[in-house]
Amino acid sequence: MNELAPTHKGPAHVKETAMPLDSREPGPDATDGAERVDLACARAPVGLLAELTHRCPLQCPYCSNPLELEKSNTELTTEEWQKVMRQAAQLGILQVHLSGGEPTARRDLEEIVKTAAEAGLYTNLITAAVLLKRDRLEKLKEAGLDHVQISIQDVDSAAENADRIAGYKGGSAKKKEVAGWVRELGLPLTINAPIHRHNVHSVEAIIDYAVELGAGRVEIAHVQYYAWALRNRAALMPTREEFMASAKLVEKARERLKGVIVIDAVVPDYYAKFPKPCMGGWGKGIINITPSGRVLPCHAAESITGLEFDSVRDKPLGEIWLSGKAFQKYRGTDWMKEPCRSCPRREVDYGGCRCQAFALTGDAANTDPACSLSPLHEEWAMVAEVESHQGPPSFIYRRPGGATPKPAVEKTPVPSDA
Amino acid sequence: MGEVAPRVRTIITIASRPVMPAHIKMRHDAGRGRWLILAPERVFDPDDTAVAILKLCDGAHSVGDIAGLLAKEYNAPVAEIEADIVAMLQDLADKGVVKA
Repeated sequence: MNELAPTHKGPAHVKETAMPLDSREPGPDATDGAERVDLACARAPVGLLAELTHRCPLQCPYCSNPLELEKSNTELTTEEWQKVMRQAAQLGILQVHLSGGEPTARRDLEEIVKTAAEAGLYTNLITAAVLLKRDRLEKLKEAGLDHVQISIQDVDSAAENADRIAGYKGGSAKKKEVAGWVRELGLPLTINAPIHRHNVHSVEAIIDYAVELGAGRVEIAHVQYYAWALRNRAALMPTREEFMASAKLVEKARERLKGVIVIDAVVPDYYAKFPKPCMGGWGKGIINITPSGRVLPCHAAESITGLEFDSVRDKPLGEIWLSGKAFQKYRGTDWMKEPCRSCPRREVDYGGCRCQAFALTGDAANTDPACSLSPLHEEWAMVAEVESHQGPPSFIYRRPGGATPKPAVEKTPVPSDA
Repeated sequence: MGEVAPRVRTIITIASRPVMPAHIKMRHDAGRGRWLILAPERVFDPDDTAVAILKLCDGAHSVGDIAGLLAKEYNAPVAEIEADIVAMLQDLADKGVVKA
């Protein structure tokens, strides 16, 4: 029994932690020299987002990958990813999110999962599911996979809308089949649904569908407008009224389905009151690795020009986390300018998102325009009002080279070695 | 396959025999010097009392049994401990962390 007090101390508590797990309160001079390393160790990241590949058979116009997709011949090898998994566990990372692109497009996924699980990481597969076969899923389970998250696009009877959004015919039916296998194998399932103007009216149906599929968790995740989603913003942005209606439905469903399914909601910050604490604070709880091994504080960080990123090919992960230039640049609050610097919420939302601040103001150290204290806030918020009330333009589908304006070409088949 | 996705809410009572499903992992984290519960996209941070309770959630002990054991250890009234345990486990059941 771990340090059980001899007397009853009152009700037991199980706190859901904010992403970073500090092992102790920082001391008054915790930022000086030797102390800093110690503190940084104590503040190991909780989660690793491992983008194993940028290859994906789907073409969702809100993809969070960068517009410039990394080529398959630059991807880390099996051995390199395995080394990363061992280093991640050593650093104190608890959970690894195996993502992409489509992670199952890598034929060595089982080996990576096995190494991660053996190292003690909680392994989460974030997949579009369309490439998965039952025996492969079984092998992944045997390798130690802990959890599967499947993304869906919509719930419509003929799946026309869902498949149109993904740019992949038959995807919706395939996802349903794979979700069934996940449950048959006794793996826990999360359904992730990115929400936008083309499916915002299906929120309730999506939640019920997740229950029907046997998911223990569903994410009603309004699209975050970076990368491909920013390029497609006018095609995706719901109106404020549509967003509010969806938020009410989530609240009602949470009551109705209490204890049956956990519903997580992500809000579009164009309609939020405060900016979001992006990544729970820069370099605080999450570490992201691109297919070629570049280590980022967030998956969109490469959009900030002038930042220097290290690669796991050159340095150990722990060293990059502790002292990498890109991580140090916006870690904590010392880099802040006004109005963030003196704001009482500076350690609540960390001035919002650095990538959004950079994209809209040209300086990532400025306040995110999502904050009402930003001088650009009104103008920024108006964009959503205007765009969401206009007819939606066509999607710019996510595909290699798709973001560069040129005459539309037929989709080239996406290589998959799965 | 109701194991990780119950179709009805689990209601915790004194007679319930709670257990953490296989995909929920409670482990001691030496680096951070604390116990943690790993769950899909979640990390929970149980205090010492919660850890003591959860270690007894093996599907064999009932909530009443657990309260009896901890009442001795904590030197506290069983009724009070029972109420605490039911409240804590109900909250965790609603989050999918325990089943009964």
